Amino acid sequence: MFDIERWQEIFDTIRKNKLRTFLTGLSVASGIFILVILLGFGQGMQNGVAQEFEEDAITSINVWAGTTTKEHKGMNPGRRIQLRNENYELVNELFVDDIEYGSSRTYINGLSINYGKESLAYGLQGVSPEFQFIENAKISEGRFINEYDEVNVAKVAVIGNKIKTDVFNSLESPIGEYIKISGIPFKIIGVFSENEDREEERIYIPLNTSQKVFNEADRIGNISYTLPPADDFKTAVAEATEFKNKLRTHLQRVHTVAPEDTSAINVFSMMEAADRYFSLIDNIKLFFWFVGICTVIAGIVGVSNIMLIVVKERTREIGIRKAIGAKPWAIVGLILQESIFVTAISGFSGFIFSMGLLEIFGPYIEVDYIVNPSVNFNVALSTVILLIIAGTLAGFFPAWRAANIHTIKALKDE
Amino acid sequence: MIEIKNLHKSYKMGSNALHVLKGIDFSVKEGELVAIMGSSGSGKSTLLNILGMLDVADEGEYNLDGMPIKNLNETKAANYRNKFLGFIFQSFNLINYKTALENVALPLYYQGMNRKKRQEKALKYLEQVGLKEWSHHLPSELSGGQKQRVAIARAMVTEPKVLLADELTGALDSKTSYEVMDLIQQINDKGNTILVVTHENDIAHMCKRIVYLRDGVIVKDEKVKQVRAKEYVQ
Repeated sequence: MFDIERWQEIFDTIRKNKLRTFLTGLSVASGIFILVILLGFGQGMQNGVAQEFEEDAITSINVWAGTTTKEHKGMNPGRRIQLRNENYELVNELFVDDIEYGSSRTYINGLSINYGKESLAYGLQGVSPEFQFIENAKISEGRFINEYDEVNVAKVAVIGNKIKTDVFNSLESPIGEYIKISGIPFKIIGVFSENEDREEERIYIPLNTSQKVFNEADRIGNISYTLPPADDFKTAVAEATEFKNKLRTHLQRVHTVAPEDTSAINVFSMMEAADRYFSLIDNIKLFFWFVGICTVIAGIVGVSNIMLIVVKERTREIGIRKAIGAKPWAIVGLILQESIFVTAISGFSGFIFSMGLLEIFGPYIEVDYIVNPSVNFNVALSTVILLIIAGTLAGFFPAWRAANIHTIKALKDE
Repeated sequence: MIEIKNLHKSYKMGSNALHVLKGIDFSVKEGELVAIMGSSGSGKSTLLNILGMLDVADEGEYNLDGMPIKNLNETKAANYRNKFLGFIFQSFNLINYKTALENVALPLYYQGMNRKKRQEKALKYLEQVGLKEWSHHLPSELSGGQKQRVAIARAMVTEPKVLLADELTGALDSKTSYEVMDLIQQINDKGNTILVVTHENDIAHMCKRIVYLRDGVIVKDEKVKQVRAKEYVQ
């Protein structure tokens, strides 16, 4: 490997066939280039999906009620199921060990919301203090709803950042301002921000206030939970699925719903959805590897082909070398080393070029579901190993043929 | 130096075998300059290939400097060729992208000698053949006679026991042929054993002994009065 003479010979042959070597190298370089770009985008998709799921706590589980579709215990289908405070409280008691945070939620529609003379058209929801953690809302100013607000039926509101920029642009801070909901003044106590504008177009008020002031009584529209973090993703998914099923069975029983009736009690586990997405992405990544490696193989075949031509062209020279005492192994080494050299150099240039491209432009790519395509160190390492193997494979058959050249015949070769 | 007993070699040509060497008995002493003569098809090239360990005999014994040459694998044969034999070919067989010096140094590379020593030694031998000033020229920049002299230097550089020359003047005009033969005679004068395969009578008579080969057998083996090539060179 560190034999200067051999390197000189390799450079000599490459120098003699610049264009040919360049074109061969190009096929390997583009193979590696495509592989790295594909893998980069695989990672980008993973990042993108991970970001989508960051909007809400990934262990969150949502429950909402619908209409029964199946007859059960003498009850007709088509019955509307209504979740109530008592359902939420009982679940909290029964499953206290499983739950990290919990909140029930009311959706209040059709009320006029005003700030001064301005009419605001934003969603209004009553939530508990823990809802902040379930929604992954970041408080940028002031505070979120707390227990004190709940107990005192406080008329306070937390608004999304989008509302702040839309409505309170002229003010330094909206905190302390009053908005009127159905004519009742609510004091703004906090501003929250989310990854998506859509989720910032909400006004949160205390759950208790929403029920007492706006005649919701004990009705609730939705229950959300998060589960405590698990050691790894697989356990988390399993736990989430188990909890989801337990919760549904319990609520079905309480509301006298047939166990197979899926539309009366709806439970959605973010974890399960994430799991599906991530396994989809794993498959896509696998496919990308496959396509990338096939491209690299096409490049390798090119190198192998060229090396065969090199051996053919140098038959006479190989004959001379053997006549003056080159051992077969020396001939094999010569061809093999050239092949590894060509694949490695061109592969590395393709690799560096594609990595550079990803490094420079990757951070600017923000399409839905693709964020910051990049390649990590392990992938880089496996690509390098792949290259060495590729070069060896590409050189093997030509080298073997070269070593088996018959000296006398080779010397007669023109 | 060379002892050959009852050497047989045949080649398979389709269904029938071509018997090329039919029992050759032959020996060469140290310091001899022997010409092997014969028309094409007489088996002289085959004999040289076997002597050069590029080919293996079907039957018979071959001793080189008291050492039996048999059961050679590729690696062993390569090793012996490198250490004991020097080849000179009709078509020079220089590597065309290497300079004269690098060509001469190549056998030493396969001996594992380091670069500096190699080049020193190669330069010494190039000087002996009178081509020191041409050491950094490529074969394409040299005349035929110069190329053959580079090839001779290459054959000599490993200080082999025997030099084997296959029609070494075949590609040269007569003036250059004599110059090359003059060089061969000088090398022989220093005590080197040389075998020359040729079909040219005048070249054969510049050796000290001529072996005539016909149809795979030695028909005549005689000592001759050596014609000095120098007389023709001026």
